[in-house]
Amino acid sequence: MIWLTWRQFRVQAAVVFGAIVALAVVLVVTGRELADSYAAGLAACTASGGCSAFLTNFLRDHDAQYYGLAAVTMALPGILGVFWGAPLVSRELETGTHRLVWSQSITRTRWLAVKLGLVGLASMLAAGLLSLAVSWWATPLDEAGASARPRLSPVVFAARDLAPIGYVAFAFVVGVAVGMLVRRALPAMAVTLAIFVALQIAVPLWVRPSLLPPVEATVAITPENLRGIGMSSPDGTARELTIAVEESGSWILDSDTVGADGAPVGALPAWFSECDPIMLTGPPTDPAVRNCFDRLAEEGYRQHITYHPGSRYWTFQWLEVALYGAATLAAAGFAFWWLRKRLC
Amino acid sequence: MTTLLRTRELGKRYRRRWALRDCTLDIPAGRIVGLVGPNGAGKSTLLNIAAGQLAPSAGSIEVLGGHPASGPAQLAKVGFVAQDTPAYAALTVADHLRLGARLNPRWDAAAARNRIERVGLDPAQRTGTLSGGQRAQLALTLGVAKRPELLILDEPVAAVDPLARREFLQGLMEAAAEYELSVLLSSHLVTDVERVCDYLVVLVDSHVRVAGDVDELLSSHHRLTGPRRDPGTLPAGQHVVSVSHTERQTTLLLRAESPIHDPAWTVSRVGLEDLVLAYLSPPTAAGRPALEVLR
Repeated sequence: MIWLTWRQFRVQAAVVFGAIVALAVVLVVTGRELADSYAAGLAACTASGGCSAFLTNFLRDHDAQYYGLAAVTMALPGILGVFWGAPLVSRELETGTHRLVWSQSITRTRWLAVKLGLVGLASMLAAGLLSLAVSWWATPLDEAGASARPRLSPVVFAARDLAPIGYVAFAFVVGVAVGMLVRRALPAMAVTLAIFVALQIAVPLWVRPSLLPPVEATVAITPENLRGIGMSSPDGTARELTIAVEESGSWILDSDTVGADGAPVGALPAWFSECDPIMLTGPPTDPAVRNCFDRLAEEGYRQHITYHPGSRYWTFQWLEVALYGAATLAAAGFAFWWLRKRLC
Repeated sequence: MTTLLRTRELGKRYRRRWALRDCTLDIPAGRIVGLVGPNGAGKSTLLNIAAGQLAPSAGSIEVLGGHPASGPAQLAKVGFVAQDTPAYAALTVADHLRLGARLNPRWDAAAARNRIERVGLDPAQRTGTLSGGQRAQLALTLGVAKRPELLILDEPVAAVDPLARREFLQGLMEAAAEYELSVLLSSHLVTDVERVCDYLVVLVDSHVRVAGDVDELLSSHHRLTGPRRDPGTLPAGQHVVSVSHTERQTTLLLRAESPIHDPAWTVSRVGLEDLVLAYLSPPTAAGRPALEVLR
């Protein structure tokens, strides 16, 4: 059965693994240059006293590759679920070849177990390889962007380390199970893609934030932690502050400016419109800037922040794998049950 | 091993429709069994259940003394050539033989190679480019080289031209003789069955209409022709299968265990095709149960 599975699968395997190995080679070569230029630039800017400009430029210069690779890493589990998972059984049902293989001296449970195990492990290996190469390549950029785009933030998180392995296992097994239900390859592929994309949107929005209780903190607004001032109303009058938390790499879920009574304020006071243009750009030593921060503090304005600290990164990675792993096992259990009870 | 197939009130239901119902059969081993009936009569369903591909929804079934699909050992005893003889289009003929070798403990590699050679298949050819007849031959080779005790074939020659059909059935007969196979074969063509089978099962509307040894069936069925009369007045032990009247004449096809002595009738033998056709037509209006199993 292993031979047959391999015989049916080898072309697809060669295409995907060929592409991943080629990409990995490119990443190893360019990754070393990237790490070297980051180390050199960091040394230079530390010596000259300020690194924020260097970090901003460094991140901006590699934006295209950075997000491109994140997109590829996030897409691979979906692609494998759709092209390896969904047709795995449905194509056999569609062409009737399941009746050929089921009439050999092998139980259909074993048949499915070998197909699911072998191709499933191959898909996890593919996603693991890609994730490893991309994560390693992006190490300097993740370090440089620890506060601007922390590894815990949804886009980066899904394209790093262990998470893609969990995603691909799930996408693949769901593809197989959907294929057994739908019995036709093309609709099965579409349904698999829809399920996977829906979960990739739903989990970071509604599930992952509450896997652990977030940390809540109310902090003073200082020149050190103020990162941005944005408009929060269409007419441009209300202002929203972006405040960094102490721990770098934190994933900020919610950030509200609160008044003296601790309740969120709808809008900052009218006098703030004079501070708005200078608070970020002016030097903290400027009396006008100083005055703005002091006045915010005097009137009791502080920032209430709900966040997951960056130190939870690996905990979240393992939780994500466990979550998707459990869903994978459930889908596999369903597939075997369906094969025995219904698919006849 | 004395029974090939033993079913008791076997049935298969899809949602609310019964594809097979109250099927009770006892077929002795070592026979070449032909299963005939119109399309949709339940032939495929019965064969798929016997091969362990389908689970019955009612009744019980034993194939060669075991429960179908009870495990690899039972699967190894029963070969199955599915309808339309499916094959992996992207794989070659040789790949299919390797598939058979890997998945069957009793695989006869030499026999498989010889058969492929004898029927003129190119081992390097992808099966997607084979003709229907060639694919049927490949499927038969896989079924035979598996060395089963029973080979089940579901309409193997339905989509095959007459010449290829003849070659296929000939190959089947040779294999059955060589390996002492029992064969269970379905067809909607009586001529196929007539050529190869020594046991007949007629399935109509998901019910078994008649089943028995071909020779016994032929010797116990008679065509009676005589002046027009009501068939209700026949002696006991004679069962009317079909009646047809012209203005002055009545023709009966009936089953009788004893010879017919009534001088009013001209008695003649019945061919297998006429016999099957008589059973395929709706039950007689005489109200006699036409559904009986001959043992």
